[in-house]
Amino acid sequence: MGLNKKDLKLIKDPLFDNNPITVQVLGICSALAITAELKASIVMSVAVLFVMGVGNFIISLLRNIIPSRIRIIVQLIVVATLVIIVDLVLKAYAYELSKTLSVFVGLIITNCIIMGRFEAFALANGPFRSFVDGIGNAMGYAVILIIVGFFRELLGSGTLLGIKVLGDPIEKTGLYAYGYENNGFMLLAPMALITVGLIIWVQRARNKNLVEDR
Amino acid sequence: MAKKIDGNTYTLVFAAGMVVVVGAVLAFLASSLSPSISENKRIEKQQNILYAMGINENDKTSVKFVSKEKVAETFDQYISKQLVIEGGEIKEDNEAYLIDLKKENSREKNGEIRRLPLFIGEKNKGEKIYIVPVRGKGLWDAIWGYVAVDKNMVVEGVFFDHAAETPGLGANIKERFFMDDFKGEYLLSKGIFKGIKVKKGNADPKNLDKYDHEVDAIAGSTITGDGLAAMLKKDIKRYLPHLKKLNESWD
Repeated sequence: MGLNKKDLKLIKDPLFDNNPITVQVLGICSALAITAELKASIVMSVAVLFVMGVGNFIISLLRNIIPSRIRIIVQLIVVATLVIIVDLVLKAYAYELSKTLSVFVGLIITNCIIMGRFEAFALANGPFRSFVDGIGNAMGYAVILIIVGFFRELLGSGTLLGIKVLGDPIEKTGLYAYGYENNGFMLLAPMALITVGLIIWVQRARNKNLVEDR
Repeated sequence: MAKKIDGNTYTLVFAAGMVVVVGAVLAFLASSLSPSISENKRIEKQQNILYAMGINENDKTSVKFVSKEKVAETFDQYISKQLVIEGGEIKEDNEAYLIDLKKENSREKNGEIRRLPLFIGEKNKGEKIYIVPVRGKGLWDAIWGYVAVDKNMVVEGVFFDHAAETPGLGANIKERFFMDDFKGEYLLSKGIFKGIKVKKGNADPKNLDKYDHEVDAIAGSTITGDGLAAMLKKDIKRYLPHLKKLNESWD
């Protein structure tokens, strides 16, 4: 089973013109909370990628037997179960990584993008396409998270993935020798919102179709 | 089909079935993985205690513990005694490092006598290092760690960890730049216990003054920092009379 044009669209759309964060404005809470450093953004992205791909697949398999009155509860249970499985397996076999991830467990369950895709896509489409759709949306989410994480860590702490790329702020080496200072405000949640806002601005300036009619 | 799916009986049966399946899967996974999870936790405790007394594989900026394979041997080599203080009594107990401070704290709350684990390490022959476990509250959840002090109550090293502090902000208490600031700080001033405050305002960002009972706070994590300072004050204080006694009898 290869990817035909329709399937490719499922991956490409959420990356750009139908991005879950910048266009649908879903999953904003976690995008603001955990993007103060790039590493956390990447870990969160990978976790969501897994949960969303597999979750969409499972919901799609079950779509004809889930009673519609309790479908939201069923979706929640599937997400929660997947997250707990990931957490347990990591704790047993990759303890270090699980310590990094532990903070995000609650955030993954509350991520509206996941529930949104279950509800809007997986309940109406086949397992393979749902899986592809989940991966696509998770990647659209990841792209924004990584962009925001990159700028917040670079401008806020002067580091990337913990490596001091701009020099040492206390020893005054590198850029700091010329009087450059870290912008501590970048580390706080309001600047994450402004950064996401700037991305939305750039995106809409380039693609006028996204601008709402007045 | 649609009718059958939306019926009350079907909905109830489906819900019950789902709970049974999910419950079984999770219970099976949890119980089959629990031995290796608790083994990981045991190793981590030994690594943390060794880290606090300065036995680690740190390179320039990152935190690196003694490796999993070597930790048991290294622990036996450097930790010469493990003690448990219960009431006024001090006993040796080779599994003192497994004592769960959370349980001891709730014991204290219920009016029972709590146990205080204390580890005695020796890096250079004859110089004893006391390692005290601490546990307190951060912004979102628990924070904990180990503080190693010498006989003059000067900090030899610390290790901190947290359950769910904000990544990039409060979570940085487990980073080198923060933990290293504690090294050499004095806990006592003229014999009176002062603790160490996590202080905002950049009074001493390079941390040159070791007598000020302060380290520089992390930007954006006031509550985690305050919680950490409170934890140090409260938990180290409990050990003071015992450390005094131990010092007299051994020196």
